[in-house]
Amino acid sequence: MSTLIERHLYDVVVIGAGGAGLRAAIEARLAGKRTAIISKSLFGKAHTVMAEGGAAAAMGNVNSRDNWMVHFRDTMRGGKFLNNFRMAELHAKEAPERIWELETYGALFDRTKDGKISQRNFGGHEYPRLAHVGDRTGLELIRTLQQKIVSLQQEDFAETGSYDSRIRVFQETTITELLLDGDRVAGAFGYYRESGEFVLFEAPAVVLATGGVGRSYKVTSNSWEYTGDGHALALRAGATLINMEFLQFHPTGMVWPPSVKGILVTESVRGDGGVLRNSEGKRFMFDYVPDVFRKQYAETEEEADRWYTDADNNRRPPELLPRDEVARAINSEVKAGRGSPAGGVFLDIASRMPAEQIIRRLPSMHHQFKELADVDITKEPMEVGPTCHYVMGGVEVEPDTGAAFGTVQGLFAAGEVSGGMHGSNRLGGNSLSDLLVFGKRAGEHASAYVETLQARPKPSKVDVAAAAEVALAPLVRAGGENPYTLQQDLQAVMGDLVGIIRREGELTDALKKLQELRVRVANVSASGGRRYNPGWHLAIDLRNMLVVSECTAKAALEREESRGGHTREDFPKMSPEWRRVNLVCSLEETGEVHLERKPVPRMRDELFDLFDRSELAKYVTDEELAEREAE
Amino acid sequence: MKRHFRVWRGDASGGDLRDFDVEVNEGEVVLDIIHRLQATETPDLACRWNCKAGKCGSCSMEINGKPRLGCMTRMSTFEENETITITPIRTFPVIRDLVTDVSFNYEKARETPAFAPPPGVAPGEYRMQQIDVERSQEFRKCIECFLCQNTCHVIRDHDENKPAFSGPRYFIRAAELDMHPLDDRSDRKEYAQASQGLGFCNITKCCTEVCPEHIKITDNAIIPMKERVVDRRYDPLVWLGRKILRRDQLGSDNMAPSTTPGVAGTSGGIPSSRARRPEGAPVGPDGHMDIAELVAPLQGGLSPFGEDMTFPLPPEEVTYHHPEKDR
Repeated sequence: MSTLIERHLYDVVVIGAGGAGLRAAIEARLAGKRTAIISKSLFGKAHTVMAEGGAAAAMGNVNSRDNWMVHFRDTMRGGKFLNNFRMAELHAKEAPERIWELETYGALFDRTKDGKISQRNFGGHEYPRLAHVGDRTGLELIRTLQQKIVSLQQEDFAETGSYDSRIRVFQETTITELLLDGDRVAGAFGYYRESGEFVLFEAPAVVLATGGVGRSYKVTSNSWEYTGDGHALALRAGATLINMEFLQFHPTGMVWPPSVKGILVTESVRGDGGVLRNSEGKRFMFDYVPDVFRKQYAETEEEADRWYTDADNNRRPPELLPRDEVARAINSEVKAGRGSPAGGVFLDIASRMPAEQIIRRLPSMHHQFKELADVDITKEPMEVGPTCHYVMGGVEVEPDTGAAFGTVQGLFAAGEVSGGMHGSNRLGGNSLSDLLVFGKRAGEHASAYVETLQARPKPSKVDVAAAAEVALAPLVRAGGENPYTLQQDLQAVMGDLVGIIRREGELTDALKKLQELRVRVANVSASGGRRYNPGWHLAIDLRNMLVVSECTAKAALEREESRGGHTREDFPKMSPEWRRVNLVCSLEETGEVHLERKPVPRMRDELFDLFDRSELAKYVTDEELAEREAE
Repeated sequence: MKRHFRVWRGDASGGDLRDFDVEVNEGEVVLDIIHRLQATETPDLACRWNCKAGKCGSCSMEINGKPRLGCMTRMSTFEENETITITPIRTFPVIRDLVTDVSFNYEKARETPAFAPPPGVAPGEYRMQQIDVERSQEFRKCIECFLCQNTCHVIRDHDENKPAFSGPRYFIRAAELDMHPLDDRSDRKEYAQASQGLGFCNITKCCTEVCPEHIKITDNAIIPMKERVVDRRYDPLVWLGRKILRRDQLGSDNMAPSTTPGVAGTSGGIPSSRARRPEGAPVGPDGHMDIAELVAPLQGGLSPFGEDMTFPLPPEEVTYHHPEKDR
């Protein structure tokens, strides 16, 4: 087999071409850095296109009482106060600028009557806050950023005669290993999916923007790309992962028919009037409003229904509770035997408004289910249930710069792959704005980091050769296990034992099974050659999925409370003591996952004072409150 | 229930249809069947896919000869005993199995002049009416599955037309920018005619028929673009004005330079001359190239081509691409 390795030199390499990656790359290029964007799929196919609801930013276009402080409060509440407060603060403050900037790139959001960007209601947000384009906001965001990159390339073409001179997209390219020079990032090694040929990027700064980990679960809305590559690359490079136990199960994924299993029904169906009913036809969410939210949510169907037309004088319908509460409620209904035939509940918008109004407000939703599943949402209710959607945990980063913690330097992370911003649960709409705010910051600070270097770090040939050997191993090995079988087994372990409701016994069992899988994954083999061979690609991705799953299972076993995206049946209460603890994973020399507890950073007083004392009492310990009072 | 499938397998050098009998369950789509094939009989069957929800436009293929998305083609739409034949999209060169080289489209995207922001309007100050943005929004629904490009008879089986023809996907891009309430360029139609090959299109509407997003490509983009181009061309005064203006506006035949001052301004203070041309091998502090003798299995300098190479190489294995002048 040929071992030719194509070599490229860049200042900043961005791994991942979703919203965060593209925004980071734009910023690095604007800072004058030679930038490469690496995409596992074709340019513009990123998973960001799946985001339907919108991008949350306190622009105050629809309700002028909205501002960054209200957005900050909502974000912290949604994350159950475990959020990195500084990230939540930066996010709330900078999101409007990032959205407005998109308009200068050519984005066309839906408008208010006075011509500003329209904003819609969404679960967990106090005011209408989500900038949106029908229900295809993610696609608009990706296309806008993609076209901005093309426009930068056109500027470069006019100046240098080459589109690729300053920013280049390497599509259908997978990175398998980061290369270090001492503690510094020196480059990234990977392969072109098309040809199977290897490629080495030498670069002093790498931005991870690889998204999430959902492919380790049976029912997921995530695409094949979501194999936790960035999480695993960071771990192996000496960075740390934070709070990997927090996974968001979107409450309303389709459970039937199979062609759309796992696909999300956007929350705006509920924001626009859709309600959840069990098999008895009961609107059950009223029974599941937790005490902390009791004040903001309606108690009767009449009051809830009035809210859609008069939000100022009525409390919100309980269907708009944060995602984890809705997911848990659905789970309880199904377990109590009041579920739909396919094991979900019914989401009904058909009986709530006229067909043409549904089609106008939710065009692609309507279109999608008609085409994919022959389900007409204007005529019949949908069957929905929890599906693995988003990982709140991720690379532990310095909030202002996106620089990874741990022993490595020159590594940055933004978007879903980074952790901390969303605490234990992400509000809908906060991920698109997260991408933009922290994508920009990561690109900016990666460029600034490159400026400070005296000499370029250099990857060692031994490491390159080792990376090539690891990548080729599944092809060389004969008679090993089928990668697809291994993936199914991993998905079964994670889905059944580390799913939405967790128990100590099952988690221990899961860790044991993951150990067995580790041995099997080390022996995976792929048939066929190097050219566009999906079996081989999956075989390489498996080790990333495995190590990230281990982090999730370990952290889930350690955290003995229920909070946001982590529910322990044996510890059903949220504990103020545990709110002070972040769980941080790193990799030992032996390849074992090491887990430790770290204190959650202390929120600045002026931010702390944005909250009611009575509200804080639900989250923080009495000592903490007393301590603040004393100051 | 088992159903009969014929799937094209091969690469640039050739291939053929292979027969498979695959289990099909209620409610499945064609892409589910491809995945079942991969998980069972053919782990290396190459096929692009991402969202499996008709939103990303990756799984374009030809199913019984029709350009379709695999994830949007329900198995229940076929007759009980119908054989289902799956082939790669034909207009683009095959890489392997169902995967084709769609770089043509990305090249055309680069040649289409980008959005030109209105000068003097600060971010946050953009004001547009819903009714005005909706016209362009229709075209921005495009998921870039390239089925319209694939089906367009101007380039399907006519590679010779490709250099001069951008295809329906980029006509709607031009129309989108033409109808954008705040785009600062006024020559989108002329550009489409002069540089995108709009004139090749004889409005057979094949592109509209295959569009999974149901964008009315022909009626709402191509025809209005053609009509307005015609209007202007036949008004002698406008025509003359355009003729004079266009030369210096367009600059070169292929692409006018982007006019995006607000954007480049961010980097205004930082020299962009750090863009590097190709570099030679790195040299150590002693001025010599490094020779990794100690770590190598062989003594002496390593062959720069790898130790397992014998020469001459068969030309088809060489990954060298002769540099081409960018178009």
